[in-house]
Amino acid sequence: MTILAVLIPVSLLLGAFGLIAFIWSLRDRQYDDLEGDQYRALFRDK
Amino acid sequence: MPLDQSAPRETVDLLIPGMSCAGCMIRIERCLSSAPGIAKARANLSAHTAHCVFDPSLTNPDALIEVLSKNGFAARLFDLNEGGKAPADSKGQDLLLRLGVAGFAAMNVMILSISVWSGAEASTRDLLHWISGLIALPAVAFAGKPFFQGALTALSAGRMNMDVPISLAVILAAGNSVLETARGGPDAYFDAAIMLIFFLLIGRYLEHRTRSHARSAAVELMGMAGRTTLRVLPDGKRLPIKVEELSPSMIVEVAPGERIPVDGRICLGSTEIDRALVTGESAPEWAALDSQVYAGMLNLTGSIHVEVIATGDETMLAEIAQMVDAAERGKGRLDRIADQVARIYAPLVHILAASAFLYWLPAQGGAHGALQIAVAVLIVTCPCALALAVPTVHTVASARLFKEGIFLKNGADLERLAQVDMVVFDKTGTLTEAESQLCSPPRRDDPAWPVAAALATASHHPLSRAIAREAKTMGIQPARVTDIIETPGFGVEGKLNGHHVRLGRHGWAGADEPSASGVALSMHGHVIRFQFTEALRQDAAETCAELSVRGLDLAILSGDRTDAVAKIAKATGISEARAAMLPGDKLAWLKARIAEGRRILMVGDGLNDSPALALAHCSMSPASASDVAKTAAGLVFTSDSLAVVARAHLIACRARRRMLECFGIAAAYNAVAIPLAVSGFVTPLIAAIAMSASSILVVVNALRLRGSR
Repeated sequence: MTILAVLIPVSLLLGAFGLIAFIWSLRDRQYDDLEGDQYRALFRDK
Repeated sequence: MPLDQSAPRETVDLLIPGMSCAGCMIRIERCLSSAPGIAKARANLSAHTAHCVFDPSLTNPDALIEVLSKNGFAARLFDLNEGGKAPADSKGQDLLLRLGVAGFAAMNVMILSISVWSGAEASTRDLLHWISGLIALPAVAFAGKPFFQGALTALSAGRMNMDVPISLAVILAAGNSVLETARGGPDAYFDAAIMLIFFLLIGRYLEHRTRSHARSAAVELMGMAGRTTLRVLPDGKRLPIKVEELSPSMIVEVAPGERIPVDGRICLGSTEIDRALVTGESAPEWAALDSQVYAGMLNLTGSIHVEVIATGDETMLAEIAQMVDAAERGKGRLDRIADQVARIYAPLVHILAASAFLYWLPAQGGAHGALQIAVAVLIVTCPCALALAVPTVHTVASARLFKEGIFLKNGADLERLAQVDMVVFDKTGTLTEAESQLCSPPRRDDPAWPVAAALATASHHPLSRAIAREAKTMGIQPARVTDIIETPGFGVEGKLNGHHVRLGRHGWAGADEPSASGVALSMHGHVIRFQFTEALRQDAAETCAELSVRGLDLAILSGDRTDAVAKIAKATGISEARAAMLPGDKLAWLKARIAEGRRILMVGDGLNDSPALALAHCSMSPASASDVAKTAAGLVFTSDSLAVVARAHLIACRARRRMLECFGIAAAYNAVAIPLAVSGFVTPLIAAIAMSASSILVVVNALRLRGSR
């Protein structure tokens, strides 16, 4: 069971990493225009 | 254009209702970014806005609007306070953040719970429970805030709502789990508490999105009309002035084709006036010195000076808007289905949980076991499925309506549309096209066409516009007619190779029957007649037939003449047709029907329909309608065909059926889960599975609406 001492912190760290990434993307206003952004990938920049 | 980094920057938000596809979005960004002085331009397709960063010394917002209009996009400044858009947006961000936190916490706690369920025991189980608690408790406190707040507000106002059982279930589940963990017991509900909040937040967020979508549609509909006008100073100079700054006895100039901004009296010039917005009457009316004109009327043919009598809130336009407000308030707040369900459901759940607690109190070993069962009851009965069903159905239905070119302003209108048993139409602009159409026009190679086209293009008169439109679709090149003069009330004249040509009233153009309707063109001694008819809107007859097959009664209420109304009634097969009705008459007629217990769908476009639109159970108006009508209506459609009325009704009926099915599923689930919970058989594992399964089932059922044809 000592393996838990490693695995649980690792899984929590990964979870925290995902959460931080999500909060960053939210702050970066990436969810403001879900309709427009799905098409942007199809257009070349300038 | 790259700018000097140190240059001063300002930002502006522009509202661009015409941005309807990805292509428009890219074009708008390109033409804005290539304008001088622009540092950054980013369009938002969901909100139909563009955010620009610019150098104020090189450009200004008006120049940007000008750039857009040259590229075919009407734009206006977007005041962020308008319609409460800005705070609503940050609310969406806030909900999304809470949803994200709840989601990540739920995932982690679930992983730990699975280890517990697969057989962790003794100190390992306690350790896993403690870690779950450490993750779940802060997450519940943060993510559950909207529910706790809603419950507090309701309770302090002495009311009950869905937030009360939700908050109670979550707080009890979390608190009891802490006790259970401290005691080293097997049944901790941390996973259920955080999952509940996660599912409920999805419903909240969907609901918020539908609502803010509807609100931004409403903001866009609030008129693109220019709000400045030309003031004529006593020395004859013209000065642009904002309409709000006008005061009585000032004089304004109204050019042909402009709307009159105030109530007033003509003090110079004569013209023809389109009163359709106010009276619903389609034929233009002659107005000269001392004629009364009202705000909202359209000046057609001559330039006039108007002495201001009333502005702003005192105009007839504003009076009608007040009538709309009053009708809206008078309409009893109709209960939404979800509210009706909630009112029975919330107290029932509490009574059940409390009686389970009291029943088990003597039987099990003390308060702890009884509390454990009461918590299980609260968790399984938590209205997850209900809270998800309504927003999901609304979101899917409004997306479907949007694809058909129909804006839904709020979810309650969708539910009301499904309940109507009578459809009342306005005539002009609703059953018929807003503009007259040529009937039996001269042949394409008739030499009269190029001349008629040239003269008609020079005029704003609706009949001229109809001729010009027809000529354009037939691909006719206008002739070179010079010295074109318009005589208001009579017609347009000009010179073609030195000869006089006239397009206008029969008598004026020199035709034999001076009083015949339509217009005549005189050239080289010939007279060519153009006859007009009111064209039925596309699919009007079919739509009326379809609606009556569905068992809805139909009626026409019009402000127009009796013969014109009778003709349209015959063409659409509607037997109940009332003509020459003033806005107040329409209102009285509707009130009488409502007193009989009818639920009416009103379809209309004129200012004169607005009070009726607001009073009716549900209402629709075309996008070509007056601003007041569009504001009063619950649904607005952009399509030219009237078939969307039948379509919208069909979608609303389906959405209602889906919603009732969802409630059915939730009820069936509760019928199984509640007895189990009350008799003490629900473990944390069963609670987690049952809750997720019912939520997913309900959402999948709601999504079926998306695929139905």
